[in-house]
Amino acid sequence: MSLFWDTNLGILILTVLKTLALVVPLLIGVAYLTFFERKVMGAIQLRKGPNVVGPFGLWQPFADALKMLMKETIIPTGADKILFVLAPMITFGLAIIAWAVIPVNNGWGIANINVGILYLFAISSLGVYGVIVAGWASNSKYAFLGALRSAAQMVSYEVSMGFVIVTVLILAGSLNLNAIVLAQKHFWFAVPLFPLFVIFFISGLAETNRAPFDLAEGESEIVAGFFVEYSAMSFALFFLGEYANMIMISGMTTVLFLGGWLSPLPFLPSGVFWFLLKVLICLFVFVWVRATLPRYRYDQLMALGWKVFLPISLVYLVAVAGVMEYAGWLPNA
Amino acid sequence: MNKVLRWTWSLVLWEILCGLGITLSYFFRPKATINYPFEKNPTSARFRGEHALRRYPNGEERCIACKLCEAVCPAQAITIEAEPREDGSRRTTRYDIDMVKCIYCGLCEEACPVDAIVEGPNFEYATETREELLYDKQKLLDNGDRWEPELARRLELDAPYR
Repeated sequence: MSLFWDTNLGILILTVLKTLALVVPLLIGVAYLTFFERKVMGAIQLRKGPNVVGPFGLWQPFADALKMLMKETIIPTGADKILFVLAPMITFGLAIIAWAVIPVNNGWGIANINVGILYLFAISSLGVYGVIVAGWASNSKYAFLGALRSAAQMVSYEVSMGFVIVTVLILAGSLNLNAIVLAQKHFWFAVPLFPLFVIFFISGLAETNRAPFDLAEGESEIVAGFFVEYSAMSFALFFLGEYANMIMISGMTTVLFLGGWLSPLPFLPSGVFWFLLKVLICLFVFVWVRATLPRYRYDQLMALGWKVFLPISLVYLVAVAGVMEYAGWLPNA
Repeated sequence: MNKVLRWTWSLVLWEILCGLGITLSYFFRPKATINYPFEKNPTSARFRGEHALRRYPNGEERCIACKLCEAVCPAQAITIEAEPREDGSRRTTRYDIDMVKCIYCGLCEEACPVDAIVEGPNFEYATETREELLYDKQKLLDNGDRWEPELARRLELDAPYR
């Protein structure tokens, strides 16, 4: 039996099964994240949120999906058809692909590659292509403006995010996500790196185009930004892509700073449960921030990224590296 | 010094944390939602909803075709035609209200000397076609029959202030 699983076919089947085991709950999670957001935002605004479809409105995501599927996909006359259709697929696909390396439990990542963090960083940077392609292919000024904003925003925040990740790497001494989590056995990296943890989370908000950095969408100024021209399922893919990205950034935050699947209390067993709980808390903060803060002005956004986050993360990186070197705490040194 | 202080506060995201605290406190407050089709807001006795033509307890129409409502209606939504009945009393042969024109000001109700035309408590009479909103006399009388207990109660409640 074990021989079969070592053949190429066996490995292929096993990988497909693993992928399904991760992606199916993930997609359901994405669908329910939309529901979660509506409920939480509702509660904060003293409303009930969706509560009619099914018990507590629990079938609402499926009702929405059904509605989206039944609608017509409109392709504008002036649009570049191939890119127009491709863009939502890129966005959604990239949001899902990133999960290949995230370890939800000890060794549970589908691909336990030793440069996992680089892979994650690369994929999350690629996410901007979906947005730019959508903005360009739509051949609409609002979409184009939204795409430009989004591109500039993502490039700005990627830089400080990169420095934050490098600092984490110095503490962990590894690029492997599994090893990064295991390096937090004694204390979460959020403790010594708290300012960077905050910067990472805020940059995550900007990276996923969430409020208060949702300038790329900016409902009140450029209608819906890069996806004005999209309808039906292609719109739904953008929508779900945004939420999948939220879960991905929450997962990254959990792995890098909050000790992944490790239990915060020594007498409780570690496990996938802790990972889910931490991701859920991060997602709650995502929604909570959206319900609280108004949108940033564009120049404020840029100033925050380049004049505040970048210097702080840079100084912190140098300081951490210096202290580690001086005290001889560097792992693998 | 003041500037440094302000800078420090903004660096620790103080204002943002305050804001988050406020929204979180709202998160745990009881909801203001009224579960509409299942529960409704209370309405005042003076609530001006769908129109109705009332009858006397013996079944006789109250309206005497004085046409005061038609005259006072600022939207000119009311059309009345009248002629004497066989028994010599003056009654309407036609009493139409164009509910699309009506602005629900309640002047018809105030002008009426016999409390015949009233605006009732009902606000759920959306229709699928425009034509259904051109009410004729029969529809208004039916409304009156349907809502009479409620209409009488409302008039009684409001009587001291009229």
